[in-house]
Amino acid sequence: MAEQGTTNRQFSIEYRQYLDVQGKPLGPLPPDSSESDLLLNAYRNMVLTRALDKKAVALQRTGQMGTYAAALGQEAIGTAIGYAMEADDVFVPAYRDQAAQIIRGVKLEEILAFWGGSERGSDFQGPRRDLPNCIPVATQISHAAGVATALKLRHPGQVVVASCGDGATSRGDFYEGLNVAGVWQLPLILVINNNQWAISVRRQYQTASASLAQKAIAAGIPGIQVDGNDFIALHDALTVALKRARKGKGATLIEAVSYRLCDHTTADDATRYRSADELNEAWTREPVKRLQSCLHDNQLWDAGQEQALQASCRQQVDQAAQDFLSREPEAAHSMFRYLYAEWPASYAYQEQLLEEKLARQSQEGQQHEH
Amino acid sequence: MNTEARIQSENATPAAAPAEAPRTMVEAINLALARAMQDDDDVVLLGEDVGVNGGVFRATAGLRQRFGLQRVMDTPLAESMIAGLSVGMATQGLKPVAEIQFMGFVYAAMEHLISHAARMRNRSRGRLHCPMVLRAPYGGGIHAPEHHSESTEALFAHTPGLRVVIPSSPRRAYGLLLSAIADPDPVIFLEPKRIYRAVRHPLVDDGQALPLDVCFTLRQGEDLTLLSWGAMIPECQRAAARLADGGISVELIDVASISPLDMDTMIQSVRKTGRCLIVHEAARSCGVGAEIAAGIGEHCLLNLLAPVRRVCGFDVPMPYFQNENNYLPNTSDVVAAAMELMSYNGE
Repeated sequence: MAEQGTTNRQFSIEYRQYLDVQGKPLGPLPPDSSESDLLLNAYRNMVLTRALDKKAVALQRTGQMGTYAAALGQEAIGTAIGYAMEADDVFVPAYRDQAAQIIRGVKLEEILAFWGGSERGSDFQGPRRDLPNCIPVATQISHAAGVATALKLRHPGQVVVASCGDGATSRGDFYEGLNVAGVWQLPLILVINNNQWAISVRRQYQTASASLAQKAIAAGIPGIQVDGNDFIALHDALTVALKRARKGKGATLIEAVSYRLCDHTTADDATRYRSADELNEAWTREPVKRLQSCLHDNQLWDAGQEQALQASCRQQVDQAAQDFLSREPEAAHSMFRYLYAEWPASYAYQEQLLEEKLARQSQEGQQHEH
Repeated sequence: MNTEARIQSENATPAAAPAEAPRTMVEAINLALARAMQDDDDVVLLGEDVGVNGGVFRATAGLRQRFGLQRVMDTPLAESMIAGLSVGMATQGLKPVAEIQFMGFVYAAMEHLISHAARMRNRSRGRLHCPMVLRAPYGGGIHAPEHHSESTEALFAHTPGLRVVIPSSPRRAYGLLLSAIADPDPVIFLEPKRIYRAVRHPLVDDGQALPLDVCFTLRQGEDLTLLSWGAMIPECQRAAARLADGGISVELIDVASISPLDMDTMIQSVRKTGRCLIVHEAARSCGVGAEIAAGIGEHCLLNLLAPVRRVCGFDVPMPYFQNENNYLPNTSDVVAAAMELMSYNGE
């Protein structure tokens, strides 16, 4: 038994950052960062993600798209996830993870379709085992633990990466998922996109915990806090965590400290709850410019390349938007078709009601035209 | 292996047929779990106390010893996580059978069942699906503590994408659970714990599944259709026998799959008898009986000789056990309601 007054347990949380806000190295960079094209590819993906978000918001503003959640200012997080993972790993996203999904092989058009009101957007033609976007906050963390359990049983060496926001860390499923990942040593990496805002509630009103990463301690797994606007630090932390998980050593929690430079979604107006000064200050730390400066300083990037990249990204998102907008909606009875593998007989009556409704609508439409 | 294939391979095996033995419902459930695990490596069990303890009702007794730690998982005490874990496992090809210790604790799991399990196939357009079973003992009548006697099956029945199945005998528990586990979509399997050990029926552990989405007609009759499920079935059986003594011929149907409902069988029966009495233990308002009554009203109006009647629990929280018998419908309630229907003369 410990003597009265002695310290029973002590913990600390590491903070990792390699680039300062100007993109200058704070010290020696990790070996991975010199891998051929990693930084260039990462930069390209961040620019593409930003272009996609801009396009999607423009489509929403012109009535051609539903509510959309942009990732402005948080592009480094998803990009690092995407490049740290292997194709046969499984990604379990929240709903602001387009940067990772693009690298995973989700089509831009599918991302637009999800927010544009079609379930087909989650029928990823690329990463077939990745879970769809998850809107009920934090529930995906329990799913990720289940996926990790399945991988541990069936495909040792494969890992799950899941993501959530800072608000999600207040929910039961965050603790419950991390807890079982700790007990069962699951191959699960959870990345918190701490963008400081859960819609209008700022990080300091979400929890009195000094960091979100320290929530790992109670689950008995490593937790690390990373500059979420520093691609190199994120990629490094993820690589270490993934290697560890692949070796059967269990889960890791990574808190990526970033800032949501956009509204929560297109349905939100962030000027209601935060100041222009705060937003302007956050822009000085944003990830895209930071990585661009780093590439510049290393003679890996120039103005010509930048121009070509911007043009190529515009072209890709324009094409995706065109594909999305020109795709015929699914037939009305698709709402029944995928509900069960085999259609229960009781649905015949409901489909008949739908057919009657469609016939009536079509008749009313014709009358209206006349 | 799907159920049909399993049955075929069973039939093709020339080995001696398994012996028939008298079994309780909880033993039948245990046999079905073991059979499913033996036939399909993807079937795994998880839940609180299901492993070393074999479940608080012993439904999973011996399965950890037989199938190992990896396939019979004692989880941390977190119902939401148990359901979420099952969703995640199921999307990757496992067939998790999760136990929620009592139905009164299932509410923490509802978000996963409603927002994810029920719609994973639909929202991914068939790319992913959730072949999971969530088992829970349910209902009153065993003098259990508060929150241990709930019958809130209608909450699940109102959720498209789920199947809700309730056995009422050892044989149906065995056969329906095999089908539920083999089914490629999520099934909520509610076990009426009051009759877990009430009777023993001869049962052969032959892998013979029973179909989902259909009713079971337990007794043919001409005068009145009696519709029920779970622990109310024995009450209804006794009532039907008593009514028969009085010359009233009852058709008793075990609804069994309360979602999706097999309305066709029920409609055909009511068209024949002209009278419909629905019995459930759950609260009356918005109970599954209301849905059945509406369906009968829509399709049998001109066949009805009397209004559709319900004998249900009251619209109150399940009383503590000193008062539970005053809440639960019983044989005499069913007989009285049936007699009223028989003597209905439009007044």
